[in-house]
Amino acid sequence: MRRLYLLLGLLLLVLLLLPLVLDKYALGIFVMIFFYAYLGQSWNVLTGYTGHISLGHALYVGIGAYVSTFLAQKFGLSPWLGMLAGGLLATAVGLGLGFLGFRFGLRGVYFVILTISCAEIARLAVSHIDAVGSFSGIFLDFNPGFYNFQFRGNVPYYYISLGFMVLGSLAVHLLARSRTGRLMVAIREDEQAALALGVNSFKYSMTAIGISAFMTSLAGTFYANYVYYLSPNSMFGMGLSIDLILRPIIGGLGTVLGPIIGSFVLTPLSEVSRAYFAKGGLEGMHLVLYGVLAILVVLFMRQGILVYIKRALKPLLKLED
Amino acid sequence: MNILSVQDLGKNFGGLTAVKDLSFKLKQGEILALIGPNGAGKTTVFACLSGFLRAEQGQVILEGQSLWGLSPHQICALGLARTFQIVRPFLNISVLDNVMVGAFLRQKSVAKAREAALKVLDFMGLARQAHKEAGGLPLPQRKRLELAKALATGPRVLLLDEVMAGLNPTEVDELIALIRDINRQGVSILLIEHVMRGVMALAQRVLVINYGQLIAQGTPAEVVGNQEVIAAYLGRGLKHA
Repeated sequence: MRRLYLLLGLLLLVLLLLPLVLDKYALGIFVMIFFYAYLGQSWNVLTGYTGHISLGHALYVGIGAYVSTFLAQKFGLSPWLGMLAGGLLATAVGLGLGFLGFRFGLRGVYFVILTISCAEIARLAVSHIDAVGSFSGIFLDFNPGFYNFQFRGNVPYYYISLGFMVLGSLAVHLLARSRTGRLMVAIREDEQAALALGVNSFKYSMTAIGISAFMTSLAGTFYANYVYYLSPNSMFGMGLSIDLILRPIIGGLGTVLGPIIGSFVLTPLSEVSRAYFAKGGLEGMHLVLYGVLAILVVLFMRQGILVYIKRALKPLLKLED
Repeated sequence: MNILSVQDLGKNFGGLTAVKDLSFKLKQGEILALIGPNGAGKTTVFACLSGFLRAEQGQVILEGQSLWGLSPHQICALGLARTFQIVRPFLNISVLDNVMVGAFLRQKSVAKAREAALKVLDFMGLARQAHKEAGGLPLPQRKRLELAKALATGPRVLLLDEVMAGLNPTEVDELIALIRDINRQGVSILLIEHVMRGVMALAQRVLVINYGQLIAQGTPAEVVGNQEVIAAYLGRGLKHA
């Protein structure tokens, strides 16, 4: 285990130094890698660890993005603070959704439908509210500065998103080892059996969705201030909801390193293939590639890529299982 | 001194009466067996006692406290733990982690829960399997794990649902010794069992139910000779005119 931490420390060091040698385009790809790894990690808390499948996590991204941007434009509030406000609102919404699902025993596909519906309701609602730009969304003015969460070039975004990924993963790592995290895993494995052992599954499911919603929404604020444009479809849409779950699934559900590895595999592939196919006039073709990859992983590597990497590195790292 | 008392318990599934007017008492420190033919309603009784099903009528009192309307985790916290007939290990985590889930009910820190869980595993003879994934255990060890998980919650009353089914005679004997040990530590036990060897060796009293109703009770020897019980299991002999 020690050697694993050592290896991860070295990799982190390399990532910290990378902006010295990479150009803006390459850094942009890394920003997306970190961003999606963090999002996957946030989703992982609810679905990978606790076993409640959410297909509507864009809901929380959208809340984070819209709340911080709205507060910044209307009241001049720094997005750093707006990020917390968005986080609180997302947590409240997540708990509301969780209450409906867990209190009334919605499980499996029924819970999935609930998560999709809530995200869609939010998307449609935001599409009709003029104060937040309705259908056409919001363009952010470019006012670089730390206070405004806006920067020239990609280097600051690189470090902020790296921070998100590292701290988010660290938080999930600590959670997974804690009492709360272990009880969440028990709920994922067999909720009835967990109940029989005195686990208050409602309470821990609510905790999981609260944490997950909060973490997810922070990424929304980041994303808004990275792309300078919010629209109901891009922030609340089904596309994002699916996009953000592919990385943990491909990397390995319910593991800390899964979303990170999944993102390092899938995100560059997506970015490069998007550019490549678009040149040939085949926009959207990269999504087909995604689909094929997801199918292959689900068919042949059910537990994700991480298991195979671990197996390969086992002798080197002296890992126990 | 009764630790658990059940009064007029009744449960229907639509038009089917699964349990009707069932009353019995479990004494402090006792091992009581609940037997009956397939479909008699034994597992339904367990589900009602442990809060997994809501009974329509009746009272269940655990140490002076009514369990009416409580959910399974609350009932477990009050000191009544159960096992499942079809064992339900948490497949993808280690045996130790499985038992720790139970231990967390009384221990709030991870280190203390681990310590408590290791003690239970040691007692159950599963110490060497502690770090294996539960999904890799064969059935006899899964049965023990099921018991270990319930035991880790620190119960006063333990409901065991066919923990001996599917085991060979040696394994049954080992389990009998373990259950006796658990009982000696002050845990009162209600068990459903088809393995009569286990019932005979363990139970001080036996309740027999059929079609959800109590048809006989007494010591194991009394019950085995009871005409009603024989009829319930084998049917009545033909009368020649």
